[in-house]
This record gives sequence, structure tokens and C-alpha cells, in this order.
Amino acid sequence: MIVFWLLALALVASAVFVITAKKPVYSVVGLLANFTALAIMYLTLSAEFLAVIQIVVYSGAILVLFVFVIALLSSGVAPFLVGPDRLPAAAGGGTIAALIGLALVVFGITQHPATIGPAGGAAPVGPVGTAGAFGSVADFGNALFTVYLLPFEITALILMVAVVAVILLAGDTGPSIQQRLRRKREPIVRDPAFDAAMHRGEPSSERAS
Amino acid sequence: MSETSLPVALINYIGLSAVLFFIGVAGVIVRRNPLIMLMSIELMWNAANLLFLAFARVWVNNAGHIFAFLVITVAAAEAAIGLAIVVVAFRRAKYVDVDEAALMKG
Repeated sequence: MIVFWLLALALVASAVFVITAKKPVYSVVGLLANFTALAIMYLTLSAEFLAVIQIVVYSGAILVLFVFVIALLSSGVAPFLVGPDRLPAAAGGGTIAALIGLALVVFGITQHPATIGPAGGAAPVGPVGTAGAFGSVADFGNALFTVYLLPFEITALILMVAVVAVILLAGDTGPSIQQRLRRKREPIVRDPAFDAAMHRGEPSSERAS
Repeated sequence: MSETSLPVALINYIGLSAVLFFIGVAGVIVRRNPLIMLMSIELMWNAANLLFLAFARVWVNNAGHIFAFLVITVAAAEAAIGLAIVVVAFRRAKYVDVDEAALMKG
């Protein structure tokens, strides 16, 4: 039980850190902590296979993708010139809107408490690591490749569509690669002082990559 | 398997999932950096997944595990496409700020 509350605290704190961090890289670190805590929570829910998948796919693949894009977009920009992302005027209103939505969900939950009944169809729950127990690889695979084969095949289609879409989107349709390499990289976030300096035409030799 | 076999009552998992989801919503609303907005969307996917797995555990039913797996797959596809769009937008325009993104205006 104490594990749940510790993990809940870690999850909420890291999630708040993700959305308040000044730089995208800090957000990625917060997201890493969030995903890891969530994987541990999956273990407490007897979902050992999905805990591993969470680490491999989220902490591995998706976060590396984020880090690569951040590195790509800020290449050639001196780190200290990448200004902090501003929290726009929508900060107060957005926070209030999210809190109202959360209050509505909590209200709905308390009005209609979920009725819990045991249901069969899966392997019995056992300690994590038990062969063939609920949530183990064998149990998961049995369900995935028999009852839920159609959703699994649809997943393959979704992934193929994603691959085609990424190639179409990011494919080389613009200027040639040499021209793009010569073009100056701009910071992903706007820094008013830096903009003003640029408009005044001041030399910006310190930005040279 | 009854609810009492969970480490804590199911309502705690639902509440935690709701909190995480709306932290993600706040991130999408407040932040204007597309990368952090995408990360907030990942937070929301994960909140939904937590709910899937909590209910799967309570009902000892595999369906929640399967669909959490599918959600992870779709989230990976979404992240790849979203990041490709960010890269393309950054390539075409000077800044990446969703308030200034007008590439779809034609």
C-alpha cells in the first residue's frame, strides 16, 4: 500500500515537472521518471509483461525519439541562447480549465462507484514472475493471438500507416540536403532579447555552429 | 478475485489516473512548445493505460492488457508522426510555436 502512494507521488510530481520544465530536455527527464514509476505500478497490478513493454517502448523508443528531435532542432544553437519557453497568458485559464475537468471526473466517479465483480476467462492471479499467472507473457500471448487477433492485425496496419506518413512528411521534398545544412538553425523557442538583437543586425558570431 | 486483493482500493487508481490525465490536459493547454505538448499527450495515453490495467486486474480479464498494449502501439505511431510534423514545420518556418503554425492554411 505504501508502494502505491510513493509511486503516485512520484507520478504526479514528475508529470507536473514535465509540463512546467523550462527546456524540453528537462521535460524528457521528467517523462523518464514518470514512465519508470508507471512501469513499477504496472508490476503491482500483476501486469509484468506490460511493465517490460512500458520500459522498452516508452522509456526506450519514444523518449529516444524525443531526444533526437530536440537535438536535431537545437543543433547549431548555443545552449544558453535557447531561451526559456514562456508560459503564455493561457496559463491561468488552462490550469483552471484542467482543474474543472478533473473536478467533473471526480464528481462522476463518486456519483457512480464502479461495481466490481469477478470475471473469468484469464489465468488466475499469482505473484509476479509465476509461470502462466495473470499478466505473464504466456497469459498475454494466449489472449493476443486467439481472442484479440483482429485488433493485433489492425495494429500492424496502424504502424504501417505511421511509417508511410513519416516518410511522406519528413522525406526530402524541399531544398537539397546541402542547402539545408548551410541554412542557419534557429532556436525552437523564442527569446525576445535575441530577436531584438537579430533585427538590429548585430553580429551573432557566438551562434555560429 | 475481489477488489480487496488490490494493494489499495480501485478508486485510488481511478483518481490517480484522472489526476495524471488532467495534468496532461493542462500541459497541452498551457504550453506552446509542440514537443512538450506531445509529451503531455503521452502523459494522457499513460493515464488511460493505468486505468486499463487497474480494471483488468480487478476483473481478472485479459482485455485490458491487450488494449493497453494496443494503446502503447498507437502512442508510438502518434509520437513518430507528431515529431515528423514538428521537424517539417521547423524546416519550413523559422520558429516552432503552435500559435504561429499556419502551414495548413495552404
